[in-house]
Amino acid sequence: MRTIETGPEHILLPVKVTFMAASLLAALAFNLLPWQDVRGVPDLVALVLAFWCVHQPRKMGIGIAWVMGLVMDAANGTLFGQYALAYAALAYAAQGLHRRIQRFTVWEQAVQVLVLLLGSQLIMLVVRLAAGGTFPGLGFFAGSLVGAVLWPLASYLLLAPQRRPAVVDETRPI
Amino acid sequence: MEHAPPQFFHRGPAPIARLTFFALLSILLMVLDARFRYAEPLRQFIAIAVYPIQQLALAPFTMLSHTSEYLTSQATLRRENAELRARHLVDAQDLLTLEAQRAENQQLRQLLAAREKVAREAIFAEIVYAARDPFSRKVIVDKGTQQGVKPGQPVIDADGVLGQVTRVQPLLAEVTLVTDKDHAIPVQVLRNGLRGVAYGSGDGTTMTLRHMAANAEVEKGDVLVTSGIDGVYPSGLPVARVERVERDAAYAFAKITCQPIAGTDRHGQVLVLAKTEETPVWVEESGRAGKKAAKAKRSRRGE
Repeated sequence: MRTIETGPEHILLPVKVTFMAASLLAALAFNLLPWQDVRGVPDLVALVLAFWCVHQPRKMGIGIAWVMGLVMDAANGTLFGQYALAYAALAYAAQGLHRRIQRFTVWEQAVQVLVLLLGSQLIMLVVRLAAGGTFPGLGFFAGSLVGAVLWPLASYLLLAPQRRPAVVDETRPI
Repeated sequence: MEHAPPQFFHRGPAPIARLTFFALLSILLMVLDARFRYAEPLRQFIAIAVYPIQQLALAPFTMLSHTSEYLTSQATLRRENAELRARHLVDAQDLLTLEAQRAENQQLRQLLAAREKVAREAIFAEIVYAARDPFSRKVIVDKGTQQGVKPGQPVIDADGVLGQVTRVQPLLAEVTLVTDKDHAIPVQVLRNGLRGVAYGSGDGTTMTLRHMAANAEVEKGDVLVTSGIDGVYPSGLPVARVERVERDAAYAFAKITCQPIAGTDRHGQVLVLAKTEETPVWVEESGRAGKKAAKAKRSRRGE
């Protein structure tokens, strides 16, 4: 099966580590915007982490995800380690499934990513309920839905720098 | 190791081992944070590191608001000015008598040999963002330990009590709103002085007045103000308005739902109040009790 965005199996350029870092920082900045109500606002850090874990499993992994989780915890005043645990589990699942997920078209990928994002939110929910919180309502999970819908856009934007130039050289072997 | 694989195949520990390691580390951190508050230094360190990113993220918004402020038309400014003048005039009659009343109050307090109420210092702060945590109600304000904000200080806005500072970083402070589930505030009904404790209800928008007898004299529309007996909040600040009172004979307590008066879901300017004077300690009682306990201990030991 071929992926939609690359058409006939293009070979991508190697990724730049600086671009990966920049995309993570941009996602973090988005998450720290002054939202009035976080319900329905996608967790872009989780989305970008999942993306790089699927596409660059050797460069992005559980350790970086864990550190990003700690940063989210510190900035939001949540239970320290809550986001870290959820992101680490997300990275583990995304890394483990990266071969399978890449076989599908972007929208089919989005469905699988939705499950991953919901799973990480479920971990946070369980942790907070165990720590004495109350269930904040099903709107809590809306952010993951929006995040999964954004997956095709994320795939397009984050893979853009790696695409080969549009000039097609017929004589090139690959 | 004769058959060690080439460097290319080295991938470090297995993913499941890494996950286990980091999961255990997170659980350890969570327990340390929830039970013992040991994780604060690390949290502060990370928060300072993230501060520039936050400012960067907020830059477009601050710029936008500054530009729109700059471009506010003269007509708007004139109208606002006129409104403010009128408001000032209305307030003036109270303000003019305030000085006299304050002096009189002080004299009376001296006569009664009461403790003089210290004028509070207030720190002006602005809400930067609401914490991304649907389980609690917290906002982050742009003043921290550098500006003298301390944990425990009450925070008010133009309408009433907003909450309390629960955690401070050098440049930011975390304010738990009165609507947070874990937040309690001692209040009294303005109309008749009935005391109670109002808690955040957990749904994020309302508060509940718990442990009030089913026949307690609380009615819809009553204004709750801080009673000041906790020594944290100064007395007399408006907190909430009673929205619904359900009296069910099956329960010993009435179910009283209140709506906070302060804008807990708005963003804007707030005042962080410096802490009140030390609450008087119960010297005599605790001293006697302490001595008694010590004596009991000694007698038990057979001294």
